[in-house]
Amino acid sequence: MSAARPAWDEAYNFAYLDEQTKRMIRRALLKALAVPGYQVPFGGREMPLAYGWGTGGMQVTASVIGPSDTLKVIDQGADDTTNAVSIRRFFQRVTGVNTTEATEQADIIQTRHRIPEVPLREGQILVYQVPQPEPLRKLEPRETETRKMHGFGEYGLMHVRLYEDIARFGHIATTYSYPVMVNGRYLMSPTPIPKFDNPKMRNNPAIQLFGAGREKRIYAIPPYTRVESLDFEDHPFEVQRWPHACALCGSRESYLDEVVLDDSGGRMFVCSDTHYCATRRAAGHSGAMAEGSVARALAPSAGKQEDSHERA
Amino acid sequence: MSALEAVTAPRAAVRPLLRVCGLSKSYGETVGCVDVSFTLYPGEVIGIVGESGSGKSTLLNLLCAQLEPDAGTVEYDVGGEGLRDVFCLPEPQRRRLMRTDWGLVHQNPRDGLRMDVSAGGNVGERLMAVGARHYGAIRGEALDWLSRVELDGGRIDDRPKHFSGGMQQRLQIARNLVTRPRLVFMDEPTGGLDVSVQARLLDLLRGLVREMGIAAVVVTHDLAVVRLLADRLMVMRRGRVVEEGLTDQVLDDPHHPYTQLLVSSVLQV
Repeated sequence: MSAARPAWDEAYNFAYLDEQTKRMIRRALLKALAVPGYQVPFGGREMPLAYGWGTGGMQVTASVIGPSDTLKVIDQGADDTTNAVSIRRFFQRVTGVNTTEATEQADIIQTRHRIPEVPLREGQILVYQVPQPEPLRKLEPRETETRKMHGFGEYGLMHVRLYEDIARFGHIATTYSYPVMVNGRYLMSPTPIPKFDNPKMRNNPAIQLFGAGREKRIYAIPPYTRVESLDFEDHPFEVQRWPHACALCGSRESYLDEVVLDDSGGRMFVCSDTHYCATRRAAGHSGAMAEGSVARALAPSAGKQEDSHERA
Repeated sequence: MSALEAVTAPRAAVRPLLRVCGLSKSYGETVGCVDVSFTLYPGEVIGIVGESGSGKSTLLNLLCAQLEPDAGTVEYDVGGEGLRDVFCLPEPQRRRLMRTDWGLVHQNPRDGLRMDVSAGGNVGERLMAVGARHYGAIRGEALDWLSRVELDGGRIDDRPKHFSGGMQQRLQIARNLVTRPRLVFMDEPTGGLDVSVQARLLDLLRGLVREMGIAAVVVTHDLAVVRLLADRLMVMRRGRVVEEGLTDQVLDDPHHPYTQLLVSSVLQV
């Protein structure tokens, strides 16, 4: 590749969106950062991707990304799932930026449904893809009414939902999209991240930006902002815990996915954050079903099965 | 001191809770209500009767600030600090009033209840709206209120859609009274219920209103309801108040021809 040629597909403007659109979105982002948790309407554009696949997050990323930035894209914690791969390739094509799977090396991380396990640092930007920005929507279908409720800080209704959880299940059964209060003022949907990740939003040194493409709303949490998960005095907020460790890296601190292995009840629990898991394995940690340990477990009784396992 | 002064003197010492002056509302050419004025004192129950289309519901919606009047004022004693025009209050304060100091019992309990939220959640909603954050305390209060409206505490986690009409109406009353409002608006509280259920509901309402000293505005077309509940009565026709006075006085000795017609139309069984 010659030095004169731009690194991205010249048929597109840098980062796909035109400059005026990016300015409009940046203005919305500044407003969102100035009023943490407040949903700022913006003129959402059509993206070359269906609604529900991260069009809001992509527009936010396209507006903040620069040629020298390094981008990481994750979907449910993984770098290698369809959504993550296609969005990463999209930005490679329209910006030519470097991409990475390493959380520490990324300047911008676009995410769907997870916050990376590795703590973020100052200067990083976490961009969330938001399906439904309005945390009160399921309880109050009228937009005119929810806007008033936000305006006047009338959030008692959200506790009715938590009350219903406890009345029905004995504990707060909401496990994802767990509502939070931002900076003591605005009720905010944290997007469908597991509530395991809610504590990571609090006082995070990174900038957290949220883009909802279909609903055309942007909101944000500036660095080091108070973010509290709602709860009752006698039913405090708790995150999920597993009796298992990650089957591959042996971690007991990370968020685990359950993977069904066969139709006779076989299953394994693995880290949802693939980069975190791979880093731990590279550092020598291993879990019950890591390649080496499976081989060791099978070796004494059935040598031939070990061969077939390794071929598979 | 004359006899008249002796009667009015204690009244003057008590400050009015609600004062309505020259309230009018029309829907284009159609008249809603015209020039209605009255004063309500704490603990007093006023009945508004009249046939369908006489402007009863329009008046009620104006009183509880669900509708804007074309003319006239509604003043309420906000927080015991004297009368203030409710339409001049900032909106957050008016909404706060609506869910703390006021209650609104709809004719159809489906309008006043959250049908997909359990009975306990329905009763607890107002408590949570004013900042209650202790699950056990909210649930205890809800149980207490269910028993006060004669609902089985064992059904606290059932949704109102599985309740009978009478139970839904009682649940709606519990949901409104849980914040101990000073003023309750009721729109046909016994509408759509059969007579035996009506009787029990009225009995319950009368007990609660007297016990808690709640002032109430009861809109109904059922004269039996006002006979039991209301201290004073206003008879409306074509948007105007044609007669008002003490309930027994108006019902036993109606002066206006329309009131005479209304009273004589009641079937004697």
